[in-house]
Amino acid sequence: MADSTPRRRTAGAPDLHAEDIHAEDVTITDLHKSYGDVEVLKGIDLTVAPGEVVCLIGPSGSGKSTLLRCINVLEKANAGTIEVAGYTATDPDTDLDVMRRHVGMVFQHFNLFPQLTALENCSIAQRRVLGRETGEANRISQDRLDMVGLGELADRYPDQLSGGQQQRVAIARALAMEPALMLFDEPTSALDPETVGDVLRVMRELAQAGMTMIVVTHEMAFASEVADKVVFMDGGVVVEQGPPSEVIRNPQHQRTQTFLSRVLHPGGL
Amino acid sequence: MALNMRQRARLSRGIQYAIFAIIVIVLIVVVDWKTFVDAFLNPKVIAEQFPGVLTIALKNTIIYTALGFVLALAMGIVLALMKISSVGPYRWIATGYIEFFRGVPALIVFIAFGLGIPTAFGFSLNTYLTVMLSLGIVESAYIAETLRAGLQAVPRGQYEAARSLGMTHTRAMISIIIPQAFRIILPPLTNEIIMMTKDSSLIFLVGLSAKQYELALFGQNGITEPSAGLTPLVVSGACYLVITLPLGWLARRFEARTAKMRK
Repeated sequence: MADSTPRRRTAGAPDLHAEDIHAEDVTITDLHKSYGDVEVLKGIDLTVAPGEVVCLIGPSGSGKSTLLRCINVLEKANAGTIEVAGYTATDPDTDLDVMRRHVGMVFQHFNLFPQLTALENCSIAQRRVLGRETGEANRISQDRLDMVGLGELADRYPDQLSGGQQQRVAIARALAMEPALMLFDEPTSALDPETVGDVLRVMRELAQAGMTMIVVTHEMAFASEVADKVVFMDGGVVVEQGPPSEVIRNPQHQRTQTFLSRVLHPGGL
Repeated sequence: MALNMRQRARLSRGIQYAIFAIIVIVLIVVVDWKTFVDAFLNPKVIAEQFPGVLTIALKNTIIYTALGFVLALAMGIVLALMKISSVGPYRWIATGYIEFFRGVPALIVFIAFGLGIPTAFGFSLNTYLTVMLSLGIVESAYIAETLRAGLQAVPRGQYEAARSLGMTHTRAMISIIIPQAFRIILPPLTNEIIMMTKDSSLIFLVGLSAKQYELALFGQNGITEPSAGLTPLVVSGACYLVITLPLGWLARRFEARTAKMRK
């Protein structure tokens, strides 16, 4: 279906290859997801405007990763609709393989392909999915690796890179497909503390360049600085959402307050 | 006298060395080495085994094994895919097949294809077809399990990452999953080829012409000559090692490489 869906572009996004970034919005309506008898998502409504950065926060088991994985249909929703990048992800007639070309995904455990170098990790889908020539694909891959600060390490295999470097390669791999939006599933949770900063810096630059991003994260400092909207989830529902100045600094709901005090003051009373 | 732990360990090791030395000395003294060499390693008989043991027996063993392996690999791939299929009946059939043929002796299958089925249905299979079917059908059960385990050993996240980049299921399998599974599978697959090399000898029971002799039968035929002693069998056995030792060495190398890669 609609591979040729018209794309909106971000107006005036500064540098960082803004011409490659096509921002689209996401509209999620009354989304339900169950595993057997356990209902993980109990009617989620969420919109993401073009160029917007949305951070999903909440205790583990609150359904935020599941919600993210429903957006590019790594998990199948049971009810509700998801519009993403001009496609209806919940429509059984949608060609999900075509849709996913426009939706970049970054995983908690990187999931780089261990038998391929950093450059090949970025090139393989360009060649096998988009049908780009090897030369062009490698040029774009090298450009994206430069962008995440790893241009020098293009020939390294994943096991020769630190966790933070691997995650940045994973970001470059997703960007090489020139996605309309990016999904991040706890991108820094599996990293050594000293490499977290490099990954967050790349994500911050990406956000400033106008990329639409949905980020599941426990990094409250990142969320309050970078996010346009923070969504607090608990028990499969959205409890509270709004700009970080409201949700993080001035939460209205008891559950949000409890969660934030635990995250911001671990070990405290 | 109280010994500490290190002294006790040293004493125990000393005793074991002493027992070994005694056994060696007794063997050297007691065994009649001339008879031993005549029986097992008679140089004249060894020379008589060549070139036939290589040009006929070793060659046929390799051909029989290769024929069986080609069929076993083809069927193994189909069975492995059936075993991980989402269609229930495919899974049940594959599971039944694998459990059955891993559970019965290969000899039974050779008897079935070499003697039973041709007699029952009134036709004859040539030797090559018999060994290919018998060996292929038995070994495909083992290979299917190896392939399935290899495919499932590739972390789920690899498949999800591939699909997230827009790859179709087939493309993800070909470009991402199978190359990784292949490295995991190589060591056990090599061991299965070693097993097949040995099992190919079971074809002896359909009766072979002299030109079709493989190593075991060639050796057996050699010892029918009373003066030959056991030497022909020793030569045949050594020829099996010519195939299996390098394969075993290869398997260990693959294993070491894979271990390094996964570190």
